[in-house]
Amino acid sequence: MQMIRIGFIALVMLALAVVPVVATAIDEPFYVSLFTRMLVLAIAASSLNLVLGYGGMVSFGHAAYLGLGSYVVGIGFYHAANDGMEWALNGWLHLALAIIIPGLVALLIGAISLRTRGVYFIMITLAFSQMLYYFFIGLERYGGDDGLSLWYLSDFGSVMDMNDDSQLYYLAYGLLVLVLFVLYRLVNSHFGMVVRGAKSNERRLMAVGFPTYRYRLVAFGISGAICGIAGFLMANQSEFVSTSEMHWVHSGDLIVMVVLGGMGTLFGPVLGAVGFLMLEQYLPELMEGVCHIIGGDRCGIAGEYWKMVFGPLLILIVLFARGGIDGLLQGKVGRNV
Amino acid sequence: MNWILLIEQTLNGLQLGLLLFLLAAGLTLVFGIMDLVNLAHGSLYMVGAYFAATFTAWTGSFVLAVVLTLPATLLVGAVVEVVCLRTLYDRDHLDQVLATFGLILFFNELVRLVWGPAGLSVPLPEFLSSSLELAPGLIYPSYRLAIIIASLLAAFFLYWLVARTRIGMLIRAGASNREMVGALGVNIRFLFTIVFGLGAALAGLAGLMAAPISTVEIGMGENVLILAFVVIVIGGIGSIRGAFVSALLIGLIDTVGRAFLPDVIGGFFDDEFADAAAPALASMSIYLLMAVILAFRPEGLFSARNG
Repeated sequence: MQMIRIGFIALVMLALAVVPVVATAIDEPFYVSLFTRMLVLAIAASSLNLVLGYGGMVSFGHAAYLGLGSYVVGIGFYHAANDGMEWALNGWLHLALAIIIPGLVALLIGAISLRTRGVYFIMITLAFSQMLYYFFIGLERYGGDDGLSLWYLSDFGSVMDMNDDSQLYYLAYGLLVLVLFVLYRLVNSHFGMVVRGAKSNERRLMAVGFPTYRYRLVAFGISGAICGIAGFLMANQSEFVSTSEMHWVHSGDLIVMVVLGGMGTLFGPVLGAVGFLMLEQYLPELMEGVCHIIGGDRCGIAGEYWKMVFGPLLILIVLFARGGIDGLLQGKVGRNV
Repeated sequence: MNWILLIEQTLNGLQLGLLLFLLAAGLTLVFGIMDLVNLAHGSLYMVGAYFAATFTAWTGSFVLAVVLTLPATLLVGAVVEVVCLRTLYDRDHLDQVLATFGLILFFNELVRLVWGPAGLSVPLPEFLSSSLELAPGLIYPSYRLAIIIASLLAAFFLYWLVARTRIGMLIRAGASNREMVGALGVNIRFLFTIVFGLGAALAGLAGLMAAPISTVEIGMGENVLILAFVVIVIGGIGSIRGAFVSALLIGLIDTVGRAFLPDVIGGFFDDEFADAAAPALASMSIYLLMAVILAFRPEGLFSARNG
């Protein structure tokens, strides 16, 4: 089974590596943007996986860090376009700030949230992300409710051109690989051991003398910082920044991706993000097709209301396939995986 | 300071707080007794509002609509509990969050299928569409007063039910030790269904009362749900008393903050800054309050488990 799993993951990563080439060859540029979105969300889901899967902290507010990362690009653009501050478009600056600011905010939110446990933690992270959501709605200057359309994207000089979809795609791919590598090293380090240990038995770790609060807090901050990278990419991909990406329902989507792919595994969130967007993209067509096969009339409705199937499908996955896609690949079915 | 405006905003805050209490009471009961995190509670609020819209259109009477909506949402809640949530009680919180998140998607689509994507509006009932002069110069819409009175009655009913009746006794016993209550021969599954139905009916009541003064639309429960979460986190999860106190606190701070913060900030900084910062700060105020309270009391103001 292990061979199948490694083979499948390698196949997915390889397939992701050639998407722009194939899409150009078959003249379907739409696929580049769809798959860029997958990579971006894979980074975000991986960052969430660090706290959720490895650390056992159910953060229901990661959309906020995604949003903060994208607002770095948006606010930089705003000042470059309206105040003539050319330097505010600098891509390296955007990337650096999109890591630092969400990371610091995550540290701040984590410092308060991690004082609590279990369901309190879920609700508090949820509430803080809603606070940031309303904060940006209140900031009329940067578009408020309407968001900001970006006429200029992050400027990397002659190194990269964000307007070129393939280049943006490979930047996202490279960053995903980098993030996965960093997470791999982190999780298997001394630090990662403590964070994972705190998930299984925090009291015992504290008794041995580890200040688990600090370890968990740092993990939470790193998670927020990585999620900010995804936000930076998302702004450049959609050429638009708005509060809607920060809404708490998107935090829920991220959790679903992690669980769908497989919690606490390195590649699980990647599989989950790809699977989630695939479902979102093709479930409507699939339902319409099935409807035609069984000979129903008015099949357009079946496609339109696909979320009625999607929602219960999630419940079923939760109840019966806790290991997610990665768990299935390892041949583990059932919930205690 | 304009006193009339202050009293008016205080009444508005009271009304928001009481609506939040109706939502939070169900949420906190379900959590305290069944140990279940129910994200779909906001969906029941939405369903209540939609029922109210439909029944008002059918019967032409808001009062009849109220009479029909309450048992209808209770029934929806009971069905959801029996079909789906019952299997989640002994799962961990992450499972519950995910499954009830799936329920939200399901309910949103169901409502879109049944009622269509466009929002509905519910007309104010005829006999409550006027305004009352509470004091010289203080004119207040009578419908909003009715909300305050009805919510207070509901809160009192809930208090009576939980503190003074046999079923309330079982609910309290179930909250402190459900295995023991089950072992004593109480049909605990049925009790849970009733509690969930009761919570659903309270959410439905909040939804139907909010319907005439807001738009009835898909996803209307999602933002209110977060406020209800803030309420029960501040109040202490599982505590109805805590939910009541913190709901009023949040309703007042949110409403009064939005009305007066621009003036207050304008008094210290220049107008341009006040215009830019005040709306953002006002909408953050309740979350900041939550942060401060949790920094000192991580268990909330009234913890259900210890007193």
